[in-house]
Amino acid sequence: MRNLKSIVFVFCLAPLVAFASESAVTLDTAPIKPRDMASLQRGAQTFVNYCLSCHSADFMRYNRLRDLGLTESQISENLIFTGQKVGELMTVAMPKKEAKQWFGVAPPDLSVIARSRGPDWLYTYLRKFYRDDSTATGWNNLVFDKAAMPHVLYELQGEQILDVKSEDDGHGGTHEIKELTLAKPGSLSKTEYDAYVADLVNFLVYLGEPAANKRVQIGIIVMLFLFLMLVLTYALKKEYWKDVH
Amino acid sequence: MSKRLDAMIGWIDARFPLTANWRAHLSEYYAPKNFNFWYYFGSLAMLVLVNQLLTGIFLTMNYKPDASMAFASVEYIMRDVNYGWIIRYMHSTGASMFFVVVYLHMFRGMMYGSYRKPRELLWVIGMGIFFVLMMLAFTGYILPWGQMSYWGAQVIISMIGAIPVIGQTLSNWILGDFMLSDAALNRFFAYHVVTLPGLLVVLVVVHILALHEVGSNNPDGIEIKANKDPVTHIPVDGIPFHPYYSVKDIFGVVVFLIVFTGIIFFMPEMGGYFLEYNNFIPANTLQTPDHIAPVWYFTPYYSMLRAVTVNFLWIDAKLWGIVLMGGSVAIFALLPWLDRSPVKSIRYKGPIFKFALTLFVISVLVLGWLGTKSPTPLYTLLAQIFTVIYFAFFILMPWYSKIDKTKPEPTRVR
Repeated sequence: MRNLKSIVFVFCLAPLVAFASESAVTLDTAPIKPRDMASLQRGAQTFVNYCLSCHSADFMRYNRLRDLGLTESQISENLIFTGQKVGELMTVAMPKKEAKQWFGVAPPDLSVIARSRGPDWLYTYLRKFYRDDSTATGWNNLVFDKAAMPHVLYELQGEQILDVKSEDDGHGGTHEIKELTLAKPGSLSKTEYDAYVADLVNFLVYLGEPAANKRVQIGIIVMLFLFLMLVLTYALKKEYWKDVH
Repeated sequence: MSKRLDAMIGWIDARFPLTANWRAHLSEYYAPKNFNFWYYFGSLAMLVLVNQLLTGIFLTMNYKPDASMAFASVEYIMRDVNYGWIIRYMHSTGASMFFVVVYLHMFRGMMYGSYRKPRELLWVIGMGIFFVLMMLAFTGYILPWGQMSYWGAQVIISMIGAIPVIGQTLSNWILGDFMLSDAALNRFFAYHVVTLPGLLVVLVVVHILALHEVGSNNPDGIEIKANKDPVTHIPVDGIPFHPYYSVKDIFGVVVFLIVFTGIIFFMPEMGGYFLEYNNFIPANTLQTPDHIAPVWYFTPYYSMLRAVTVNFLWIDAKLWGIVLMGGSVAIFALLPWLDRSPVKSIRYKGPIFKFALTLFVISVLVLGWLGTKSPTPLYTLLAQIFTVIYFAFFILMPWYSKIDKTKPEPTRVR
């Protein structure tokens, strides 16, 4: 009996074991701070400046950004460059068909990109571009080989180049180590750029699920209520079952 | 006031058996007094059913069953519909939790021999519910029209196409097209919101009627009706369902809700198991994902489907896989006739049954885990071994349940 119970217990916990990442490159952990409004606002700024010219966020309305502690007029003045109204969706004017001709693939919509790719992938991807003359854009990426997207943030990060070293693996063979080195510095230092990308990824995570902060807030209240109910219903059950022998 | 109420109930009773039903199914339905932890999952399954029906209504109000709008309409629910995200997470979490409670409910039946005479029909009706539930999960998973919705469905549809002679025609007839497209999405939506829930509710009512006819089994696997009070004719080990089990089940509901809402509010994706990450990419008919994995509750069957790698008796390996997968579900319905043990409950069954059941649980877990992985030669071999163990549990049961050393059953419940 006890064994069966513990088997079922493990069975219930099984879904908690996260999928192992099968990416070839080890992903860096994104320092996500979902409640840091200043970081989210900086990320939103970067998003509308650099991403929103090619990528859309078709499911997101501008005025939803009030979640980040902004007023509608602040949003209109600082984050809308397309002449759209504050209640409209964050669409782009670039037609998907033509975009496909220019880049080989239409830039994906970014509304839920953080939910499919995960914050760590995005954080690593945006920091691992390097110069590669063999590609159409002149850029390549360690995380996403032959990515169609050029390095949009290169003025900030600078230009990295790829170093491939062969190293003895201790079993008579060799394995390749790929490293990026900064060949031409950009306007930000490495730490500044990492923080800059972290803010952007923080915003993308928010964009993926704008209700996430509220979800956790409500969740705590629901939990408190249910634990109170747990005590009451247990007492009720005890009271009724007194006469069952 | 109470006089007026009595008069009102009397008026109804003269026209509809209200009090009679209340008594037959609640206040004078005598359930064994020794129900344990495992007996919560039946009522919890009903709770989840109600949750799915109610949240489903509100989702239907805003969802658009159109291949070009479905994905966006789900995100519209998540963002623009007031508290739409709670409704959607309740429904998506409810789908997985439905399988959690139903699997535990079935396991309870297997442990205590609840499928044995006179409850064979009750068990078979339950298997019907399980089948409809799987159809509901399948049709529901297509609706968000993400990459996993599309390609997961593609895998299932291709199984229909593998049926000899009529396969392709049948598949075209079901899909209303030569491929999975808008026409199929509309049909699956209709099945998911009308046909299947209706069928499920009817089957659940029939399941409960059958249960109340034969009475509940219990952890000792003995019939409480065999021992009735000579004067009142009430089973001496029975207690009225209401209020005893109704208050006990309310406590169970609160414990369940703590887990359920814990997932909804703090980890709605459940690490990619309840909501798969790839399903946040809109369906792309031209781009097959590298790795197609069904949702966790289908992974054991998916493993068995992939486990068959050889053609046998002029029949294609793929078709054998489908036969095996169908058989793995259908074989549960035969349990009442496979078990030849003189006792019902695991408490009095011998070591062979305990070993066999443990091995069966392990094989389901391993097959489930393998179903989430990309196949490698080692994984395929493991899937084959555990598929054999899975079926051996059922096929060898008439033999091992007979020779097993059982303990004598008590005359009263403990």
